[in-house]
Amino acid sequence: MSAALRTQGLSKSFGDFKANSDLSVAFEAGARHALIGPNGAGKTTFINLLTGALAPTAGDVYLGDERVTGLPQYARVKRGMTRTFQINTLFPGLSVLESVVLAALEREGRGGVWWRTVSRESAAIDEAGQILARLRLDRDADTPTRALPYGKQRLLEIALALATRPTVLLLDEPAAGIPAAESAELFQVIAQLPRDVTVVFIEHDMNLVFSFAERITVLVGGSVLVEGSPEEIAHDARVREVYLGEAQHG
Amino acid sequence: MTRLPTLAWSKAEIAFWLVPVAAYFLFPHYLTLGSQVMIAGLFALSLDLILGYARIISLGHAAFFGLGAYTAGLLAKHGFGEPLSGLVLAAIVAAAAGWLTSFLIVRGHDLTRLMVTLGIGLMLFETANQWSSLTGGIDGLSGVEMKKIFGVYGFGLDGRTAYVYTLVVLFLIFNAARVLVRSPFGLSLKGIREGERRMPAIGASVWRKLVAVYTVGAGIAGVAGALLAQTTQFVGIDVFGFQRSADLMIMLVLGGTGYLYGALIGAAVFMILQDYLANLNPVYWQFWLGFLLVFLVLFARGGIVGALATLHRRWTRK
Amino acid sequence: MSTLTSFVGVLFDGLAYGSLLFLIGIGLSVTMGLMNFINLAHGAFAMLGGYAAVIAMSRLGVPFIPALLVAFLASGAAGALLERVLYRRLYRATHLDQVLFTIGLTFMSIAAATYFFGPTQQPVQLPAFLTGQLHVLGLDLGTYRLFLMAMVVLVTVALVYLVERTRFGSQVRAAVDNQQAAVGLGINVERVFSITFALGSALAGLGGALGINVLGLDPTFPLKYMVYFLLVVAVGGAGTIRGPMIAALLLGVFDVAGKYYVPQVGAFVIYAVMVAMLLVFPAGLAGRRS
Repeated sequence: MSAALRTQGLSKSFGDFKANSDLSVAFEAGARHALIGPNGAGKTTFINLLTGALAPTAGDVYLGDERVTGLPQYARVKRGMTRTFQINTLFPGLSVLESVVLAALEREGRGGVWWRTVSRESAAIDEAGQILARLRLDRDADTPTRALPYGKQRLLEIALALATRPTVLLLDEPAAGIPAAESAELFQVIAQLPRDVTVVFIEHDMNLVFSFAERITVLVGGSVLVEGSPEEIAHDARVREVYLGEAQHG
Repeated sequence: MTRLPTLAWSKAEIAFWLVPVAAYFLFPHYLTLGSQVMIAGLFALSLDLILGYARIISLGHAAFFGLGAYTAGLLAKHGFGEPLSGLVLAAIVAAAAGWLTSFLIVRGHDLTRLMVTLGIGLMLFETANQWSSLTGGIDGLSGVEMKKIFGVYGFGLDGRTAYVYTLVVLFLIFNAARVLVRSPFGLSLKGIREGERRMPAIGASVWRKLVAVYTVGAGIAGVAGALLAQTTQFVGIDVFGFQRSADLMIMLVLGGTGYLYGALIGAAVFMILQDYLANLNPVYWQFWLGFLLVFLVLFARGGIVGALATLHRRWTRK
Repeated sequence: MSTLTSFVGVLFDGLAYGSLLFLIGIGLSVTMGLMNFINLAHGAFAMLGGYAAVIAMSRLGVPFIPALLVAFLASGAAGALLERVLYRRLYRATHLDQVLFTIGLTFMSIAAATYFFGPTQQPVQLPAFLTGQLHVLGLDLGTYRLFLMAMVVLVTVALVYLVERTRFGSQVRAAVDNQQAAVGLGINVERVFSITFALGSALAGLGGALGINVLGLDPTFPLKYMVYFLLVVAVGGAGTIRGPMIAALLLGVFDVAGKYYVPQVGAFVIYAVMVAMLLVFPAGLAGRRS
């Protein structure tokens, strides 16, 4: 059985600086897979390489059986791989509903329709409404994105990703900047995603990681330090030393 | 509950479109000016799609206007004076040129876009200048003989046919544009404006949409140019000039970018003011035009429609 | 033999023309790279320098070389003033707004120039020692053009020294590279902007005055040559000295050669070259900033 998403020898260098070195990682279908590591370990770079936001210096990315290295971002999204951003990358002047409807329309392939108004695109509007209801953003449907409180913007980040109906969902620190109570709620939404969606997430909050991850990969200095189940990682001395030890001290 | 726009016409819009109809009856001696205003409005509309909605900086939009004008003019001069087919062919030629150049435009950043659009405008000007056997060069293209529309309505000296013809074409194209900006495609343009980085992440190809809107804008500019050639029966080389591109931008900014109606209002105000003032003293006109632009950018970026919209918001908030 | 002579002559004229474009355009390149500001009114500062020199020579009796200094200072002062009063407000504005604003300024300057000086070309009296030709390496080369190129070489050397060896220069380089980090290092970026803008305008003014004999001087100067300055920056890449230098020389030579060898399509040659270069180097020859 081929993995839902895997890389082969994926590397990225910026001049002399090796952000990602020879990464060969596999994410199994339906996984709840966490990617952790200290700051600067290259986690976001890795996501950028997976999604096509950055071109690799070497190596390949495979989505299912298909080699997607070299495909532009939007093409990979069309094939089922979607990401969210660590820093909110939304549409400030669009309302919440408009944003999600836009994503739904693009997924449907109706982003080029110019001869009827958006208000008549009932399929996309209904779908957007359902996603907003699931994330409890339905009350804010008409609010411009820039007027939303930060926590709701983070939820909108995920709503946009869900509207693309991904088979592989890459979440870059979805709970960044959110207080603990709200972040648990946010992760509940993620946990309720069906098993045909593979979820890979970067997180720094170890409580969240150990609550939701079924598998953990530890990235340090651009390379994989170790990979395993949460118990294995929690008891791994190297991980303790490099990462968990730092977290405990501050 | 949703605020997604529909195609419903507001009272203000209906009132707006009654004005040119009324003008036909009220100002029968100003119909030629009226046609010029509407042609400028259509031209400004085409730029609004590119500059107001897609935020592509273009300093050479006159290139497509000129291509449309010379296409229609040359067709008529050489015996193919049927007006509607002239319009269609002009649109095709201009749109094709827009499509070809769009690949340079969407690749580059703002400075490149400036350069390429400016350069193409200048190159076409030079071509028209050099190839005077075809275009009439500096003297312009005359001998543009128009046949009757539908075989019935001839272009007479009173300008009545030209006026109605221009008004109908403008209204039809405006309507198409009005739907476009409220359509899924229009929403995606707004998405590019508001969050270009997120667009690829929701599966949208930004460059493909920009190519599409640039091509459409070029085609509409071509129609405007063709209308000019057909209604004045002449094509001057200034259709390609930088002054025309610059005046166009001023019209659009004056009226307000991104409203569609801003293009029409700005064109009307500009053309009427120009008719009064420019002939009095061209140096003063140029100075105050520059000053207007500086003022608008610093203090009234939304133009006339923007200012009206702000007032409306303040009023309805009370 | 005479085709070789004319080729050398064309090359020489092209290099002279190109070095003039560089002198005027370098200020635009640095402004673009440093402040990410598209200043279409840059040609107006060159024009101002030209007219300042003309006034100095004709009304104040100042000789030619000092008049060049007058041009340099006048444009520099105008640049400093306008930067503080107007340009500064638009650093955060969109490129479109900057384009509109500077086109407005350009129109105002053209109208003002027409009002004060009339629409015709300004004649300039060159001092005797700069006229005629010099016999160099078996070739007869125009003295003025040699002088012009020598001036540009001097200025370039001074600029390179300024940028590479002085503290101010390192501040400029830091701010071009990463503005936020520069601020974080305690560099007064606002002051760097002001001084750089003034210097760039001053150089443009000097170029405008030097170029009266080569490019001409009339109120339409800013618009006529706007394309060329933008070309130099777009093709050469904003924010460097080397890129625009190469671009300017290339463009100068191609333009002169084009107009000499294929006068029918002369004007097209540089546009074709420009399009070709932008296709291959979308960010310019030495480009870094968008």
